[in-house]
Amino acid sequence: MNDLDPIVLFAVFMEMLGLPLLILLVLGSVVGTLAFFSLLLRERGIVARRMLYSQATGLIGGVLALVLMAKVSSSGFTDAGGPADWLLIAAIFGLGLVGTTIVVYSISGWARALRS
Amino acid sequence: MDNDDKRQLSRRTFLTLSALGAGAAILPVSTANAAAEKLRTSARIVIVGAGAAGLSLASRLSKALEGASITLIDARREHFYQPGFTLVASGIKPQDYPVSRTADYVPKDVRLVEERVSEIDPESNQVTTESNTRFDYDYLFVACGMVLDYASIEGMDTSRIGSNGMGSFYHGPQAAHATWEEMSRFADRGGVGVFHRPNTEMKCAGAPLKYAFIVEDYLTRRGTRSRSEVIYNSNNKALFSVPIVSEKVRMLYHQRDIQMNYDRVLQAIDLDRRVASFSSPEGRVDLDYDFINVIPPMKAPDVIRNSPLPWQTGAWANEGWMEVDRGTLRHARYPNVFGVGDIAGVPKGKTAASVKWQVPVAIDHLLADLSGTTSDALYTGYTSCPMITRLGQAMLVEFDYENNLMPSFPGLIAPLEELWISWVMKTMGLKPTYISMLRGRA
Repeated sequence: MNDLDPIVLFAVFMEMLGLPLLILLVLGSVVGTLAFFSLLLRERGIVARRMLYSQATGLIGGVLALVLMAKVSSSGFTDAGGPADWLLIAAIFGLGLVGTTIVVYSISGWARALRS
Repeated sequence: MDNDDKRQLSRRTFLTLSALGAGAAILPVSTANAAAEKLRTSARIVIVGAGAAGLSLASRLSKALEGASITLIDARREHFYQPGFTLVASGIKPQDYPVSRTADYVPKDVRLVEERVSEIDPESNQVTTESNTRFDYDYLFVACGMVLDYASIEGMDTSRIGSNGMGSFYHGPQAAHATWEEMSRFADRGGVGVFHRPNTEMKCAGAPLKYAFIVEDYLTRRGTRSRSEVIYNSNNKALFSVPIVSEKVRMLYHQRDIQMNYDRVLQAIDLDRRVASFSSPEGRVDLDYDFINVIPPMKAPDVIRNSPLPWQTGAWANEGWMEVDRGTLRHARYPNVFGVGDIAGVPKGKTAASVKWQVPVAIDHLLADLSGTTSDALYTGYTSCPMITRLGQAMLVEFDYENNLMPSFPGLIAPLEELWISWVMKTMGLKPTYISMLRGRA
């Protein structure tokens, strides 16, 4: 299975997004994830109230991810034709939701931690 | 696990990851990209043509060989991502979307000669350019593509593409954009739209069909469908060479009230009166049109037709396609010559996805020759066509020489299902994968 070459995938995504944006996205997700988990360690758990409003914002993030996807793929909102499409839509929405939730949770958590 | 399974798995794996990352490909990944030790050789290798096949060959040869003299010859400085022409002609992408520069993809150790090839002599292993410069070779890759034979349609004038109801997006990015503008005007008014394909081998045989689908969709969206007729004239008795795909397209055309005629080949066009004349078993049929997408006959360039390289007998002798083995792409009479891409006289495979599968096979045989071994790498005819069936949906049709469907992702992306995910691949994933292929990275 040397076909599963991450360098190939990196090359394709680099052509798709351009190197600066790709690096920014990779760095963003790495920094976001690190910030989230380090916050969990620091606070020894999840702050329920903050998580709740982060998730609420995450819903908007999910919708925005779908809007962005529709725009860059020149699609309408009635183009889903089969199960694979619904899976892709769910994946995009999920990615937007989880990403936004983590970012909002981390930013507000660290902002509070650094203030105090 | 046999080779077919491996190949299918590699396609599936790649497609899975591509879909996750917004559908990055139907040009599958092969193993040749894996870092390998370079083979030392002093071989002189000439590549004629710097299109999709020529540039991919140059990039991969440069990565695989040390000390070889690799020369790439092509006069055209611009590189066209041809699968993008339909998207430009459909108003989905701008005119410059398919255009980039050849030089951007040429590896440093490959010599690019920006000249037209005037003669290929496989007897003396020599290629001559227009300036009379001669290049001796030990191995030759012919990847010169094909020519569009507009002149064989009586009355056709490419300078009038985009006016008085005539479009022809195969002619180039500018023509594709002009075709879009004219088609858009037609969609606003409605009328008779005529679509057809030539009676020769052609690149991307799905393009004529998908454009009829797209225009029909525009007429519907702009409220002019009820006062319009959409007519598709096929050159033979099928809509597509793969029977199961042909039947699916027939069903969809029937659903959308697209009239289908068979055995009709465009012979002449009156651009002033807007009349297209087709040959048919019943004789000449004249069709008045308000919009037509002209797709010219296609044939090998003169430099190949005037050489000993084409098929000598059979259906492909007239059109001049190179007589290569359909599995190895090696020339039948000149074993140090390979034909890759559109110029190869093989039953299918005039698409960018075919190039993706052909290039590693031809290179594998060259490397085997250079190292005194043999290779069992074979091209099975893999071709793929994201058949757009309406704006926002496509069928991901993949097949081989035997007309087998070769779905990269069976059970998830059904080959004959109209899906958004296939549209996403076509509009977002295909070009980056294609460019990576040119750079020898995918």
